[in-house]
Amino acid sequence: MYHDRGSEDFQGSSGHVFAISGQTAEWHSNIIMHCQLPVQKRRAMGTLTQTTDAVRPRHPALVRVTHWLTTLSFLALLVTGVEILISHPRFYWGETGNVNTPTLFKIPIPSSRGTVPTGYGYVLPDQNGWSRYLHFEAAWVAVLTGLLYVGFGFFQGHFRRNLLPAPSDLSPKQLANGIGRRLRFTRPTEEEAWSYNLIQRLTYLLVIFVLFPLVIWTGLAMSPAIASVFPAAVTILGGRQSARTLHLFVSIFLVLFLLVHVFMVCLAGFRNRVGAMITGRLGQSRERA
Amino acid sequence: MNIISRRKLMTTGLLAAAGATGLGVAAKLAGRYGLIPPDAGVLYGAGETLTYAAQRLLTRHSMAQEFSRSQISKNPFANGIDALGPEFQRLQAGGFAEWRLAVDGMVARPALLPLAVIKSFPRSTQITMIACEEGWSYIAEWSGVPLAHVLNLVGALPQARYVVYRSFQPDWWESIDMADALHPQTLLATGMNGGELPVPFGGPLRLRVPRQLGYKNVKYITRLTLTDNLKGFGKGLGSSSPEGGYAWYAGI
Repeated sequence: MYHDRGSEDFQGSSGHVFAISGQTAEWHSNIIMHCQLPVQKRRAMGTLTQTTDAVRPRHPALVRVTHWLTTLSFLALLVTGVEILISHPRFYWGETGNVNTPTLFKIPIPSSRGTVPTGYGYVLPDQNGWSRYLHFEAAWVAVLTGLLYVGFGFFQGHFRRNLLPAPSDLSPKQLANGIGRRLRFTRPTEEEAWSYNLIQRLTYLLVIFVLFPLVIWTGLAMSPAIASVFPAAVTILGGRQSARTLHLFVSIFLVLFLLVHVFMVCLAGFRNRVGAMITGRLGQSRERA
Repeated sequence: MNIISRRKLMTTGLLAAAGATGLGVAAKLAGRYGLIPPDAGVLYGAGETLTYAAQRLLTRHSMAQEFSRSQISKNPFANGIDALGPEFQRLQAGGFAEWRLAVDGMVARPALLPLAVIKSFPRSTQITMIACEEGWSYIAEWSGVPLAHVLNLVGALPQARYVVYRSFQPDWWESIDMADALHPQTLLATGMNGGELPVPFGGPLRLRVPRQLGYKNVKYITRLTLTDNLKGFGKGLGSSSPEGGYAWYAGI
């Protein structure tokens, strides 16, 4: 882990501070002032107004709870999804596809069913039963959690305040700068820890409003019952097998997001950032694990 | 403990209590309207009930998508079947003339229907997809008598809630609720793609439930039993699928 390395590697490029969009800058600096005080000192300050200010969390409680519920359900969906895929690691385009029809592509792994020609001389144990039960249950958790989060995001201004980039930030120069900083693995500054940077904002918006809705849609499009109610939801995707193939691709993008997300959390300080997502409190960002 | 955290604790407590009460009421209502599937257990009961209840409410009048003749799969896949044994071979050699379908349970007039009689009933034809839980699928033209016709004929009692159907293969049996049993697309299929239903695809008699996955479409049907309670069948989970670890409701 990076914690063992010195921080020198990262300090070179931390020169420029990222611009915090207009309306958020004010309360950020306000909070930063309070929160940079040691916890004991803040508690000692005592008066109600100061306490209210000082305990304003890095992440609202609802964001924290929905974050971890989504994490749990996503991991369950991922493991069970892989198990289900193993029973037929062949992918098609259009309405139908089976072992007698040509594939769009095959995943070169053994299968849990003897009826699938894989080229391997053995069949993996069949785990589809519990995997399917858990896949659909975890999907319910993910969908209901997502609805709660999106409702909160719109109602409480979380999206507008914390995720929507300021129009002025969307210039090619700012974008290039942001991407450059991410690619150089620049560690965030103290101020940046209280906000999301431009690339982070755009990525989260993509995950919340494009990838998650797509993975739910392509998943539901595979349900014969749902297809009987909303046939257009399947035909728009090109058919049921196309929906299944797209479900795989969107899932791969979500896994890529997860990997980069966890890597970035490690870069910024794993304990500190995960702690902030659990307790809401952001510790000293240079604290060593 | 300061004012903020006490208020927070109370709000959280109240929300948790409201949530628990809400869940309790929802479970009670789901039970009353028959929206809890028979395999709802501790681990996956919540997910299965949500799926079954939501889809029952959504699919009340829905019809499985029907495709054009040109979309019929040229190379359908029958899936692997276990050896059917000498008794089946004997029946097959006789053109299934001796094949009988028993209909019993909550019916006014239990019946033993020869295949020829079933084939003489009014026929319905559909070009629909069959999709396996593994992920593969094909489209075929299926023809047969709507199950609803047979249930009317034997006088299904109003208190019947499920139809249990059994196969010549003793370890493959299933059940569906009356919503699916009386659905116009649910067929006792005897024909496929303009010919007799081939044995690998379930001939001479297969139950077609196009709004559910392949494993609910049991091959070689020999017996229908109407009931108001699935507890007395097998391990009481509704069908052989949950006994093998798979969900009873497969509309997914």
